[in-house]
Amino acid sequence: MTNQQQVEILLVEDNPTDVELTLRAFKARNFANQVFVARDGAEALDFFFGDGSHPLRDIGVVPKVVLLDLKLPKVDGLEVLRRLKADERTRAIPVVILTSSREEPDIAAAYRLGANSYIVKPVDFEAFARAVSEVGLYWLLLNEPPR
Amino acid sequence: MSLRDWPIRQKLTAMLVLSSGLVLLLTSAALVGYQYWSFRQTMRSTLSVRGSILATNSTASLAFANDADARELLSALRADPHIVAAALYDRNGRLFATYPGDLPGGALPAAPGPDGYRFQRGNLIGFQPVAEAGGQRLGTLYLASDLAAVDATLRLSGVIAVAVLTVALLAAYLLSRVLQGAISQPVLMLAETARAVSDRRDYSVRAAKLGEDELGVLTDAFNHMLSRIEAQDRALRESKEGLEQRVAERTHELEERNEALRHNAAQLLAANTELDAFAYSVSHDLRAPLRSIDGFSQVLLEDYAAQLDEAGRDSLRRVRAATQRMGTLIDDLLKLARVTRVEMRTEFVDLSVMAREIAAELQRATPDRQVEFAIAQGLEARGDARLLRVALENLLGNSWKYTAKRTKPKIEFGSIEENGGRAFLVRDNGAGFDMRYADKLFGVFQRLHSVSEFEGTGVGLATVRRIITRHGGRIWAEGAVDQGATFYFTL
Repeated sequence: MTNQQQVEILLVEDNPTDVELTLRAFKARNFANQVFVARDGAEALDFFFGDGSHPLRDIGVVPKVVLLDLKLPKVDGLEVLRRLKADERTRAIPVVILTSSREEPDIAAAYRLGANSYIVKPVDFEAFARAVSEVGLYWLLLNEPPR
Repeated sequence: MSLRDWPIRQKLTAMLVLSSGLVLLLTSAALVGYQYWSFRQTMRSTLSVRGSILATNSTASLAFANDADARELLSALRADPHIVAAALYDRNGRLFATYPGDLPGGALPAAPGPDGYRFQRGNLIGFQPVAEAGGQRLGTLYLASDLAAVDATLRLSGVIAVAVLTVALLAAYLLSRVLQGAISQPVLMLAETARAVSDRRDYSVRAAKLGEDELGVLTDAFNHMLSRIEAQDRALRESKEGLEQRVAERTHELEERNEALRHNAAQLLAANTELDAFAYSVSHDLRAPLRSIDGFSQVLLEDYAAQLDEAGRDSLRRVRAATQRMGTLIDDLLKLARVTRVEMRTEFVDLSVMAREIAAELQRATPDRQVEFAIAQGLEARGDARLLRVALENLLGNSWKYTAKRTKPKIEFGSIEENGGRAFLVRDNGAGFDMRYADKLFGVFQRLHSVSEFEGTGVGLATVRRIITRHGGRIWAEGAVDQGATFYFTL
């Protein structure tokens, strides 16, 4: 589902239906084949800091945006965010939190750790699809990424 | 050291010695003075007797101008060593005979003075007329006696007086040393007792009473005073000890209560932490499946619309509506939970300004509605601004919602006097409610209208009541069906 040269969005999401609904929303905008999905926090960290066993690590892929859920198995989203923003090599990559949590402590912690945006997933699928596709549009087309 | 600082012993001694000395001095002076005076009187009368005898004996010598005889007569004066000079003058006042014979010239008056005896220039002098038996004056006799006898007597008296005075003063001093004790002893003992009391704070000492005089009365009074102070001191100490005991007991009690409170607080904290975790789960985990249900219903509607008939599509739309409503319910429940958990920050809040802002927001959200707002000026309260905004948003939002079917909707925000305090009110002329169900208004998920009539989850007023309760206030409502509703609250 991914082409190695075209990873522009890293989606870190453990819930398969949410993954599917997100990809469906991207598909409507033709972003779907540029998305790589990490199923937990450990895999996301492996993507960036792994020992080379990760299939995409060696070619130095830098996604244009990371969509990060907070509640993740193994390593949670805030920890992934902290590690990404603490490392010189990954600090510049925009990270958008995409989560169900509207809890103030989560929002505050995310911004304190350097999140670039915080989106609460709407229950309404149409609103959700709209939100996801707008995020994709903004970060892939409108935003000028660091080189 | 001035006199008033002398010790009382020395004062008493000095008093006794001085007063007895003064009495003795005056007595001695009077005695010596009288002796001096009477001795001079005696001297004068003796000289005058001697003079008149000599004058009588001299009449013949003067009458016959026999100066050898006269000198013989005068020389008899040799028997009295104090007679320093004597002379006879004739009737014309001329010097006729002198005694002693070798008297230097000028030592005698040139002419007789007035008759009589008097003290003059340290001597007793006298002019005695010499006359015949018939009264014919023949001349004048002059006698001069020195005062050595007087001086000797006076000196002796003085020495005796000084000796008596010295002995008497010594006796007075020794006596006073013994006698002053009668007064100074009780005073000194009182002073000693007073010093012991003030130095050692020992109120149990007592001054010894030495007699029934005024000092005895003073000692009694002082001892009585000490007894009372001792009793009061003891009472004070006992009450202090009692007080300390009670303070210790209370402190212990308080510590126990504090411990219990700490325990409760820890339990409460644990419960709150659990509640937080619960709310987080609700927020995150309950919404995810809802999104799936909604999302895949939409997938069905989009991708399989051709295979579904209208009834099937309608069912899917109902599924979606229900999931979305559940999403709203979850969001409202989370808000209600947050209202309970959020930390209060108390400050002055201008509720009038807040109400105007909310009214403007409501108007912006539904621009085609025409609602008359009457918001009183300057309604201020102390409270948490964010929570009070949530409460006002709910109350004004309710009024906005329930006046939707009125032709001339009106919403009012003001205040009234209530039991001496102030109650705020939100009043509308909307759908109102039946007072029989007034107690159900503020319950969670309690609604007096169906969703088809008016939208809502039944969480709003429960949230408002929690906010008002957290501010220590009270909320109640009045209304009637189709007559509008008024919500009152205090803060």
